[in-house]
Amino acid sequence: MPRLPDARGHFGAYGGRYVSETLMPALAELERAYHRLRRDARFRRELRALLREYAGRPTLLYHAERLSRTLGGARIYLKREDLCHTGAHKINNTLGQILLARRMGKSRIIAETGAGQHGVATATVAAFFGLRCEVFMGSEDVERQALNVVRMRLLGATVHSVESGSRTLKDAMNEAMRDWITNVRDTFYIIGSVAGPHPYPEMVRDFQSVIGVETRAQARRAIGRLPDYLIACVGGGSNAIGLFHPFLRDRRVRMIGVEAAGHGLESGAHGASLTAGTVGIFQGSKSYVLQTETGQIRVAHSISAGLDYPGVGPEHSYLRDSGRVTYEAVGDDEALAALHTLAECEGIIAALESAHAIAAAIRLAPTLPRRMVMVVNLSGRGDKDMGTVAAHMARRDAAGGRAADGGGS
Amino acid sequence: MSGRQGERVAAAAGDAPDRIGATFAGLRAAGRAGFVPFIMAGDPDLETTLALLRAADAAGADLIELGVPFSDPMADGPVLQRSAERALAGGTALPGILEVVARFRAASDVPVILFGYANPFVQYDPERLARDARASGVDGLLCIDMPPEEADDLQPALDAAGIAMIFLLAPTSDATRRARVLARARGFVYYVSITGVTGAAAPDLDEVGTMLRTVRQETTLPVGVGFGIRTPVQAAATARVGDAVVVGSAVMQLVEEHRGTHLVAPVADFLGRMAAAVHGARDSHGPV
Repeated sequence: MPRLPDARGHFGAYGGRYVSETLMPALAELERAYHRLRRDARFRRELRALLREYAGRPTLLYHAERLSRTLGGARIYLKREDLCHTGAHKINNTLGQILLARRMGKSRIIAETGAGQHGVATATVAAFFGLRCEVFMGSEDVERQALNVVRMRLLGATVHSVESGSRTLKDAMNEAMRDWITNVRDTFYIIGSVAGPHPYPEMVRDFQSVIGVETRAQARRAIGRLPDYLIACVGGGSNAIGLFHPFLRDRRVRMIGVEAAGHGLESGAHGASLTAGTVGIFQGSKSYVLQTETGQIRVAHSISAGLDYPGVGPEHSYLRDSGRVTYEAVGDDEALAALHTLAECEGIIAALESAHAIAAAIRLAPTLPRRMVMVVNLSGRGDKDMGTVAAHMARRDAAGGRAADGGGS
Repeated sequence: MSGRQGERVAAAAGDAPDRIGATFAGLRAAGRAGFVPFIMAGDPDLETTLALLRAADAAGADLIELGVPFSDPMADGPVLQRSAERALAGGTALPGILEVVARFRAASDVPVILFGYANPFVQYDPERLARDARASGVDGLLCIDMPPEEADDLQPALDAAGIAMIFLLAPTSDATRRARVLARARGFVYYVSITGVTGAAAPDLDEVGTMLRTVRQETTLPVGVGFGIRTPVQAAATARVGDAVVVGSAVMQLVEEHRGTHLVAPVADFLGRMAAAVHGARDSHGPV
């Protein structure tokens, strides 16, 4: 398998740097700084120390025995990224990027956020280092992730509610790019996923690869070998690539990326760019994308704000075409059911994003023998989603109530 | 000489007319800068776009940039974002836009440059786009989010059809980047006069002038200047440093303000004043 991306930031036919000229010098500067620093022993030491002392790494590789027993079949292990400081894997990347920003002498940090997890993780590290931070968030997400907006403000960040387009993650990213184009000289843009122009897909992957590196060592200790399956949810795809990447050369380890099927792939209301999209150019790179025949980007849908994105990181497109990773989709209802199952079996409340990966494991585990081991990336905790879950439980109870009334009359 | 570059493009396309080269040669001979209005195709509908193209021609436009709307215009400010949203709400797409160019071309020799984002162009298919655009009378294409590094997606097809791929230079473009951009540039170079999105703050014309003096030592191509130019005074000042002045957001803001009424007349009036400011700029030395 070749080392990717190539010198121009391409993963085979995907990736690249599709941005306006104003940003090209900044991306070149970022690439140079990153390539220099990732070999710098002091930078690596500093990042390792922060991940350990501040973010709480290594996170547990937890054997979900009750869930495994309940399902029958393969043994399920959870990589507990939900136990990271701020409640998700996002901080692995924001710590890396803010160290880079400091080394590059940038005084102002911007970020986009969908569910708010990346926004919180960025606001957190900006507070930690005393840098000014502004976060762009679609107004629809500001509403459905209100708790995270409060957290970001508490951490001293300014949250800009984005009213353009579909008012979700993609529009937040457009607006962050526009800010960056305008303030490129003093501003560092911390992108939260493996999407965007080169070198972001490579850099974010490298910072998130700590997930997979730890998992390898932990699996060897726990089961004496590598796992048979890795499962992770894919919106932009950063937690998945972080888990998968250190295993790509291990041919026997099968990998499954789980996209959001939303209301169902046939409904058109989903976030499954790899499963149901086509190749296009969107937000700085070439990759699979949800689009119309005339090349307009379609609005994605998922119950989970973090998977509600019409694009996907270019390396996932490459891994899809090469067949190294299999991608499938899980809908809103199945993800919700998985969230309930995990909570009831294990006493762990997953984020709705991660619940998609759990749902795929629930599908697959019973079809496999007990000697098989799967690792599911529990990329975040569910506190932020309790409003959404409560609304669904209320609807379910009301529907149940009506059914009962109907039965009684 | 700009003519040499023009000849190269024309030669690549066989006998296709080089309207961009001819236009800049004519401007140079006349000793004045060109006026380049930007019109978003399909805002509010394509019939109005055709009327606006004709009004721009009548008002004295030397070239016209015709916007191809995109759902996620990362380099545009709010005015052009809303303009694109209105155009897309009406179902505007490339086939209809090319048809409008063909109807305009039937009675005008003013060069038309398509101005948009990569994905709609690439999804149309580069070969087919180049062929159909040339047949419709399109002269150039500017793809905002396709820097020279990625231009192999479109430029070979455009070169073969004799359509000039226009590239941007920005205040942040250093010497290495300028060399890379200029090696690919055809027709003219578009200098982005501000570090920002379309329609943002007014440019600092001293800075623009300094950069243009450098760029002129690096290319024989004409240099157009755009982004943030809204008034006749700014346009005239820009015309003293650049070979052409592009005005976009100010035009589409007028379209927005007058939508639902007869909007062509007020836009035509504005275009006439801007054209006069650009064309007269080098005759006098004070502000117009």
